[in-house]
Amino acid sequence: MKTNQFKIITVALVVAFFSVNCDNNDDNANDGVQSMDFSGTYVQQDQMARPAINTVFIASGQPKDDFNAAVPSKMGAKYQSIFQSRLLALNSGYTTNALGQDAAAFTGLLSTDVLNVSKTAKTTFFDGTNVLTGRALADDVIDVELLLIFGGPMGTSNAGLTSDHVNANDKAFTTSFPYLATAW
Amino acid sequence: MKKTKMILGLSLAVISGLILVAADHIDVPGTMSGDAGDITDVYTFQGQDTNNLVFTVNTQGLLSPNATAMATFKENVMVEINIDNTGDNVEDLVIQAIKRGDKMYFFGPYAPTATGTSSMIKTSAASGEVAISTYGAAPTMATKNGMKFFAGPRDDPFFFDLGQFKSILAGTATGFNNPGTDTFAGTNVLSIVVEVPKTMLGTSSTLNVWAETKKKQ
Repeated sequence: MKTNQFKIITVALVVAFFSVNCDNNDDNANDGVQSMDFSGTYVQQDQMARPAINTVFIASGQPKDDFNAAVPSKMGAKYQSIFQSRLLALNSGYTTNALGQDAAAFTGLLSTDVLNVSKTAKTTFFDGTNVLTGRALADDVIDVELLLIFGGPMGTSNAGLTSDHVNANDKAFTTSFPYLATAW
Repeated sequence: MKKTKMILGLSLAVISGLILVAADHIDVPGTMSGDAGDITDVYTFQGQDTNNLVFTVNTQGLLSPNATAMATFKENVMVEINIDNTGDNVEDLVIQAIKRGDKMYFFGPYAPTATGTSSMIKTSAASGEVAISTYGAAPTMATKNGMKFFAGPRDDPFFFDLGQFKSILAGTATGFNNPGTDTFAGTNVLSIVVEVPKTMLGTSSTLNVWAETKKKQ
C-alpha cells in the first residue's frame, strides 16, 4: 500500500514535470510574444480595398470619415445611391460600361469596398481576360477605372479621359519577396 | 451647346466638393500625409510560389526621400488584413500586424472572436515577427511556417497622373496628356508585406479582402 502511494506520487511528479516542460516549450515557440503587452481594444480608423474608389466617389469631410469607419458588409445599402449620383456627375452620359453594367450595377459593385481575389486564377485587377481577381503591383488600375467610368459600353467614348497615359511604376518590381522596389 | 455647358458646369460643381487624392493617399480624419493610420493602397496577388498569396498594405503616402528615414510605424496603430471566405463581406480570418520596439509582430490568419470595427489581438495566434527594415539598407525578411514577413520603407508602387486628373475636375483641362506625369514618382510609403500559403485561408476558391488600420483606445 505504501509502495503504491509512493508510486502514485512519483507518477504525479513526473507528469507535472513534463506538463511544465510542455508549457515552457510553447512559450519558447512564440519567442516571448506571450509575455509582451498586446492588450486593449483597437478601433477602426481607416478602411481600404479597391484603389481610388472611396476618394473618387465619397465627398471629403464627414462623408469620407464615415465611409472609412464603415464595414464592407454595411456599405452597399448605405452608399450605392451616393456612388450612382457621383458616377452620373462625373459622366452624365453614362449608359453602361465595358463590363455591360448599368449605373446601378456598376455602383452596386463599387460601393462594397472589398478586393475580390481568386485563389485559383491569375491575380489581376484586369488583364483583358481576368476581371477583379486580385490586384497585382503592376496593374494599371487607374486606366481600368477610367475606362469603366468614362469609356461607355465599347470603351471608346470620351477618349481623352479613359487613360492617364502613365502605364507603369517608376521603379521595377522584383520577382521575389518582398516584391516592392527599394525606397527612393 | 448651352445645355452641354450647363450640364458640365453642374457636374463640376458637384465634383468640386471632392478632394481627390488617389488611390487613397491621405484621407483619414484630421490627419496629414505621413499619418500611421492612413492606408494608401492594398494589394493581393499570387506569390512567386503560386501556392501562396501576398498581402501588401501601404501607409503614410507621398513620403519624400528626405522624410522617409524619419517615418515610423506606431505601436498604437494595428494594421489588419480582413479576409472573407464565405462571400458575405464579413471577415472570417484576420492577419494583424503591430510594432513593438524595432520589430513588427504578426498574428494570424486566425478567426477573430468578434468582427467589425473593434478588435483585440489574440497573442496565441502569433505567427511571426520581423525586424523593421531601415531606410537605405537591404530589406530584412523573416520566414516562419511557410509565411514570409516584411515591414519598412519601399517605393510607392502606385502610379497615376493625379495632377492632370485634378485639373480635369477643376475644369482647367479637358483630358489627360500623352505621356502623362506620374504624381507618385520618386515617393515612398511604409509597407507591410506578408506572404501566406493559400491553404491557411480556407477552402473557398475566391476571397474578399480589405485592410483596416485600428488605433488602440
